[in-house]
Amino acid sequence: MDPTDRRYTPEHEWVKLEGDVAVVGITHFAQDQLGDVVYVELPKVGERVEAMKPFGVVESVKTASDLFAPIGGTIAEVNGQLESEPQLVNDAPYEGGWMIKIQPDDPAEIDNLLSAEQYADQVAGSP
Amino acid sequence: MVDFGGWDMPIQYTSGIRAEHLAVRAGVGVFDLSHMGRLYLRGPDALKLVQWLATNDAGRLANGRAQYSLVCGHRGQILDDIIVYNLGDELLLVVNASNRLKILAWIDDQRAGPLAGANVTVDDQTFDTVMIGFQGPESERLLQGLVSGPLDTLRYYTSVKSTVARRDALVARTGYTGEDGFEIIVDARNGPEIWDMLLEERLGVQPVPAALGARDTLRLEAGMPLYGHEIDEDANPFEAGLGRVVKLGKGEFAGSKALAEIAEQGVERKLIAFELTAGGVPRQGYPILDGESAVGQVTSGNVSPSLGTPIGMAYVPTRLVEPGTEIAVEIRGKAVPARVTTLPFYAHKTKKIAPSRTA
Repeated sequence: MDPTDRRYTPEHEWVKLEGDVAVVGITHFAQDQLGDVVYVELPKVGERVEAMKPFGVVESVKTASDLFAPIGGTIAEVNGQLESEPQLVNDAPYEGGWMIKIQPDDPAEIDNLLSAEQYADQVAGSP
Repeated sequence: MVDFGGWDMPIQYTSGIRAEHLAVRAGVGVFDLSHMGRLYLRGPDALKLVQWLATNDAGRLANGRAQYSLVCGHRGQILDDIIVYNLGDELLLVVNASNRLKILAWIDDQRAGPLAGANVTVDDQTFDTVMIGFQGPESERLLQGLVSGPLDTLRYYTSVKSTVARRDALVARTGYTGEDGFEIIVDARNGPEIWDMLLEERLGVQPVPAALGARDTLRLEAGMPLYGHEIDEDANPFEAGLGRVVKLGKGEFAGSKALAEIAEQGVERKLIAFELTAGGVPRQGYPILDGESAVGQVTSGNVSPSLGTPIGMAYVPTRLVEPGTEIAVEIRGKAVPARVTTLPFYAHKTKKIAPSRTA
């Protein structure tokens, strides 16, 4: 089961409120499907992101995949460690492999996203 | 699983591409290569057929030796890259899975035309045999326990009719990884049993099954071309850096007239190796930029699992081929700086044995 302290998108991102910022990463299922992550392209601090629009790209040996912002807002911080250690996305998708922190326009947007249980149902139903 | 030349094949087994790749560099990886086409040529004109069909000089191929070669069309375009094995009483062509039917049809065309009357049979054993790669620095030590006859005297690009686990097998010291290693062909009925035995832990080393993903990153680091990437029917051998296997002096062969003209005129583009000097992952089809203008294309690229850096191969105009030349790769609309370098990215560790006087 994925952590229940956060919400999920149908595109396999997670988002967790920490104080007044929202931390975003990709799920265990997503990193497993991607395989060895070798590069993560992230936005710059201060850039705007829109809900369900791409904010970056994660690349594995196998493939490149867009990253979608779970909510709208302004980039408050990016995980610079991923530049030299992209494999953190595989090793610790819910912890050290986080990607961006968003200053949300409307923190209540998060409540519209999937719960861990709903996300698990979606993953179970995917091929 | 993906479709690969009509075969359902895994991109990776359970351990992942990177782990499979590194296992081949440090220990042993085991590859199911059964998709590769295996065509046996028998009869008095077998050599004549190969000499007409392929660009290298099989006339110089001693019994037991193998040779990398190309099959070219009448315009000099590359129809396939192959390995020719001289097995003494027969010749074996190992062709790419995706080109097997094309090459069989091409052989039929040649036999209906320039090779009319040739006394040779073409026996396609692709579905009656399996081919397994056993590759890595520990491969000789581990395989020796299963093979009759010494492996330490088997030279690179040499094969021997032997046994693996007491089953008849062709054991060849060839591969597509840049490591020392073997390719083994056995009867399909014995395939699963021998696959399982090759994967058993021996001498404290656990062989790792390795799939298409690792095969691709290994051959990329080794600078070996892959059909459909570096070479295809839009490429000729000279621009692909494969002029060394085109033996224009051996007499006329399929494509030789066009190839002689290309050799005379020179080429406008060449295959190069490059490394990105900033972050990113180069992939097939991405444009190569010289300043603002797109001047070429990436043929293969990835982050090298051995080196940790983004590497690739690309076609560029001949003015940009010198190592050290600054170019860029366009990745999602952005120019990422890159530098032309030399092949291979990873120095080959293939077996070096001085030819014996009796060989």
